[in-house]
Amino acid sequence: MTPHPSLPAEVRLDLYRTMVLIRTYEEAILGEYHADKSPGFDIGAGLIPGEMHLSAGQEPVAAGICAHLSADDAVTAAHRPHHLAIAHGVDLRPMTAEIFGRTTGLGRGRGGHMHLFDPATHFSCSGIVAEGLPPALGQGFAFQQRGSDRVAVAVAGEGAANQGAFHEALNLAALWKLPVVFVIEDNDWGISVPRDASTSVPSNAERAAAYGMPGARVEGNAVEEVWEAAGLAVERAREGGGPTLLEVHTLRLWGHFEGDAQAYRPGLDVVADQDPIPVYRDELLAAEVLTPADDARIREAAGGRVADAIAYAKESPVPAAADALDYVFVEGARS
Amino acid sequence: MTTLDEAGIAAEPDPGTRKLSTAKAIQEAIAGEMRTSDDVFVMGEDVGSYGGIFSSTTGLIDEFGPGRIRDTPISETAFIGMGIGAAVEGMRPIIELMFVDFFGVCMDQIYNHMAKIHFFSGGNVRVPMVLMTATGGGYSDGGQHSQSLWGTFAHLPGMKVVVPSTPYDAKGLMTAAIRSDDPVVYMFHKGVMGLPWMKKNPRSIGPVPQQRYEVPIGKARVAREGKDVTIVTLSLSVHHALDVAENLAGEGIDVEVIDLRSVVPLDRETIQASVAKTRRLIVVDEDYESFGLSGEVIASMTIADPTLCSYAARVCVPDVPLPYARDLEYAVLPTPARIELAVREAVS
Repeated sequence: MTPHPSLPAEVRLDLYRTMVLIRTYEEAILGEYHADKSPGFDIGAGLIPGEMHLSAGQEPVAAGICAHLSADDAVTAAHRPHHLAIAHGVDLRPMTAEIFGRTTGLGRGRGGHMHLFDPATHFSCSGIVAEGLPPALGQGFAFQQRGSDRVAVAVAGEGAANQGAFHEALNLAALWKLPVVFVIEDNDWGISVPRDASTSVPSNAERAAAYGMPGARVEGNAVEEVWEAAGLAVERAREGGGPTLLEVHTLRLWGHFEGDAQAYRPGLDVVADQDPIPVYRDELLAAEVLTPADDARIREAAGGRVADAIAYAKESPVPAAADALDYVFVEGARS
Repeated sequence: MTTLDEAGIAAEPDPGTRKLSTAKAIQEAIAGEMRTSDDVFVMGEDVGSYGGIFSSTTGLIDEFGPGRIRDTPISETAFIGMGIGAAVEGMRPIIELMFVDFFGVCMDQIYNHMAKIHFFSGGNVRVPMVLMTATGGGYSDGGQHSQSLWGTFAHLPGMKVVVPSTPYDAKGLMTAAIRSDDPVVYMFHKGVMGLPWMKKNPRSIGPVPQQRYEVPIGKARVAREGKDVTIVTLSLSVHHALDVAENLAGEGIDVEVIDLRSVVPLDRETIQASVAKTRRLIVVDEDYESFGLSGEVIASMTIADPTLCSYAARVCVPDVPLPYARDLEYAVLPTPARIELAVREAVS
């Protein structure tokens, strides 16, 4: 791949740092998740119970898009949310504590890894396919009504583009020129169903035409191309030009959830060769933007941040069972 | 006696003599809050120049314009979700979806998102949104336009469920709903709105103070005091129950009528105090009989004190969709005749 000629070295390094931090984080979560579930796999056992959907392979999407955002902008993710949360700057300590179900977590242990809500960075996610998109419209609407140039980015998988919520959201956002960027992460798989068995068009970006908005598809899971396309979409939204639909052909490096053996997936043996992080590292090394020593420092820094967050989570208290009914309402009533 | 709360809004002032329809009372509450805060807006199908299918927003577009009284496409998932996102960002949306029967097409936004975000965030994110809709039958609109369904939303945690029966309460509860930091489902029965094109209950036009005020969400009202039988009910059925009570008073049967005003929170204390006095409980509910409000009220009284009631009964829609033909529909609705029969059985 040819590097984007105008991309400054510092931007390229930042993209790389973000991708490395995400992967380092998820590898650590993966280790913690499985460590307490062996020898017999029990999904509800251990320090991190429940389903775990990791985003390894999809780091270019998060890094390339969130590089254009500040904490004032909103990001709405799907049920595979860690890469976007990290790239958008959600504090790793409360995020990790939430994944561990601790009182110091973003949701004080009420949400879990599919339900991360961070008011500081306007980050949220949803466990229901495509249903995270409509609330992003409302965030964009609030930004628009208040005359700001803030934007809302709504991210969903390619399976979500066949849901009604996706089509309603695109129509309404285009109708009212809401400052929203829709991002489809096409990782080729809706759990076990391949993209070509679920979707009637070769590219979801084509669907943008049906709603009168620009659509773009980035092939090759290349972070700099995502960065470039996302920059145009975010700028358009900030300037009042309305929404854009951006699809990125990305990669689900691991299973749909941890414990998914992916027996349904042909060509698994070559998937690791498509990992975008070593590809990008080699590119930056070849361009002499990155040295092996820089790379080691980046990885060490990421490892330190992740270790700190996991230690914080593990040291944090677990919620008291007596508090299970809290936070149903702002005002006391429970019934 | 008028009291003022911290926000300077009179809480339950004297009704006064000015009379409004329930629909106008709702409009007045919305306008009052919209004048106070730019964060309040209305969004939904036909809420603009049409004024709301059941006149809940009539005239508002003239004062506030289409930017804040916003007609939407028929895209309930998108615009209810929009309300959620705007509320999360600190706005105070009032979203109307004309018939409660339509909520199935956007239920995920309601019970998985609107109602759960505050909990999932451990209290860090608030969703101060009002979801307003019409309920009820009695005019042959068929089984997809006539349900009440408040039990459905009351069953799912995280939403307050408010059901006014009078113009006074409609204004005060709407003001309270807009000002609430919780999501509130505000359900008005078409039969209490005082609409010119629908059979009017005489109490659908009643005294409403000009000033802004709140009727606190979660406090039931003793609509009529009595000592022989307690009828616990809400919405249009309150008026049926009052009519029956007045008819039976001449025979020496003294009926107490409790207007719940909200299903969530449910004011069990007021019900319990009444039943402790009368010892006979009848729940009248225009929602379906099984697994709903009537079962909840009776069960909670029994659990609170197994000796409290000497008699319990319910008058609800039996578990059948609302039929179209007039005679069939009135056979399943909780009509005054069915309520009267239930009271007579209770005291016999």
